[in-house]
Amino acid sequence: MTTTPLPPQGVAAREPGETAPEGAGSGRRNGLQRRASIATKKLSSPWASLIAVVIALLWTTPTIGLLVTSFRPEIDIRSTGWWTIFSNPSFTTANYEQALFGGSQSLWTDLINTIVITLPAVVIPISIALLAAYGFAWIDFKGRNFLFVAIFALQIVPIQVTLIPLLTTYVDLGINGTFWSVWLSHTMFALPLAIFLLHNFMKDIPPSLVEAARVDGAGHVKIFFRVLLPLLVPAIASFAIFQFLWVWNDLLVALTFASGLPNVRPLTVRIAELVGSRGGDWFLLSAGAFVSMIVPMLVFLFLQRYFVRGLLAGSVKG
Amino acid sequence: MDYLREYFSWLFGEIGDFLTNATTTPHKLTLMVVVILLFVLVMGGILFAVDKPKRVPRWAVTAGFVGPAILAVLFGLVYPAIQTMITSTQNRNGTEFVGIDNYITAFTNPQFQVVLRNTALWVILVPIVSTFIGLVYAVLVDRTRFERLAKTLIFLPMAISMVGASIIWRFVYEFRPAERPQIGLLNQLLVLLGLDSQQFTLNPPTNTFFLIAVMVWIQTGFAMTVLSAAIKAIPDDIVEAARLDGLSGARMFRYITVPSIRPALVVVLTTIAMGTLKVFDIVRTMTGGNYQTSVIANEFYTQSFRINEQGLGAALAVILFVLVIPLVVYNIRQMRLAEEIR
Repeated sequence: MTTTPLPPQGVAAREPGETAPEGAGSGRRNGLQRRASIATKKLSSPWASLIAVVIALLWTTPTIGLLVTSFRPEIDIRSTGWWTIFSNPSFTTANYEQALFGGSQSLWTDLINTIVITLPAVVIPISIALLAAYGFAWIDFKGRNFLFVAIFALQIVPIQVTLIPLLTTYVDLGINGTFWSVWLSHTMFALPLAIFLLHNFMKDIPPSLVEAARVDGAGHVKIFFRVLLPLLVPAIASFAIFQFLWVWNDLLVALTFASGLPNVRPLTVRIAELVGSRGGDWFLLSAGAFVSMIVPMLVFLFLQRYFVRGLLAGSVKG
Repeated sequence: MDYLREYFSWLFGEIGDFLTNATTTPHKLTLMVVVILLFVLVMGGILFAVDKPKRVPRWAVTAGFVGPAILAVLFGLVYPAIQTMITSTQNRNGTEFVGIDNYITAFTNPQFQVVLRNTALWVILVPIVSTFIGLVYAVLVDRTRFERLAKTLIFLPMAISMVGASIIWRFVYEFRPAERPQIGLLNQLLVLLGLDSQQFTLNPPTNTFFLIAVMVWIQTGFAMTVLSAAIKAIPDDIVEAARLDGLSGARMFRYITVPSIRPALVVVLTTIAMGTLKVFDIVRTMTGGNYQTSVIANEFYTQSFRINEQGLGAALAVILFVLVIPLVVYNIRQMRLAEEIR
């Protein structure tokens, strides 16, 4: 496993430190050596440090700039750059109040819509995928391999290809313009990847465990809940985070099925609209952008370990 | 009887209204909880129904587990994909068969040639630049004291929406005439250097590069994370042996690090290329596809939903589909290869 950086399988059984970027695993083994190499590294490469610092600054300054801006008074934002805050500090939360609760322009409804869209769009595909992954991994049936490969192959279908016919179908079913169209779409788009990943994780569980339960007379349902589900929690968490971020941050699906509907459209659609209609109102855009970004940022920061693990297992929508 | 019928139609109306017409916050939140519970109940019901080991035939058990997923992908992916392929051979409102006319338009019309050129620029530049920066950064911060923090900083853009990222960068690119105080960081730098301020996103052809920079900013964290894990997986004895042979710094990077992580590099490059091919949010939020910055995914949206050129939009979606296939196949083959080495 040493030369495999990106195995699609086997991540569940692995200690996070071993491959995850925290790098605790190899370091702990020979701490002395590591410290020695750090020392030599520091001494030998001031240029390396400089380059790293420059990259880190390039990657953080734009975000910090907008964050600072979101707390500045509107009139200051218009007249001076955010960097003048260091010589002339003045802060306000008025932008956020305006963005969230400022009457007809408020983003509050859109925030609620985002939440209402996101949670079912995470729970539903994971439940369906869990059952299917179990079926493909542990139930022997005719055509199993073919079906599994077929579902796996469906990952290549870009969602753009599906949007127009789906929209037509939703109109026919009478659920166009409701949360259902968005939930259903996210569920269906998530399934191939979810089934593939969860199946890989499930395959890594020793068959002897399942066999033992079977000998004890447990049916598929019991095995699924008692034996497999507890072992799959990390894998489910990894995928759940990905799906959560994907749905929360999605623009295309929401724009197709929920644009122009104040009671359904999520934050991303609304903010993209604001860019078009009020592109110069940075007090509103900066606060609005951070309202939409704070939740994914927190999820990411607190659950980074699962996020990285999922990433290394290949949970990136291609 | 009439009374009963009336009662039921009223009841179903109410239920339908509750399910499809949520307008207040409490209603929406209730609906959300109800839907999740309802769904869990249905799935539980299916499981319960197939849980009698003796009496239920095996096909029913199988169908209970994999049936919902198969139905969902048939309805949501297979059928629409086929339908779109059919639509792509029809005229703008699907009333007439036009053969490959839409494809010919998409490849020969000057407006679309700009779109194709831009897409090519994106798909070539974003993977290469973000992988390069991600790799360099991963090597530089590897096993340093601030590794974790340093990585989180680069990685954070992956968590936010592309709409959010676009707003962040629109603000960096914000334009004011040179004689007025700048509020955009990049123009402030230009003015400090004594240059004129620029409308970065409005002037073709360079504006596309400023949009590409946003995607690079997002994807570098992904490249860095995967490559960093690969670097850590290089066996210590190889590194040690190379060091004893006198290799260090740039040569160590060139002769040991890069060859050792080659499979990861390929997977990172192709994965980013796939994501970039479908990039839509950035173009739409930054310029709306105007000023010659459009790409296929954005043009698909514009044609399909803004100007209602259904056939042309479908053709663009199919082109996108076809372009993704070789990348995915290559990506999967590399993963398989990596598997076998293991």
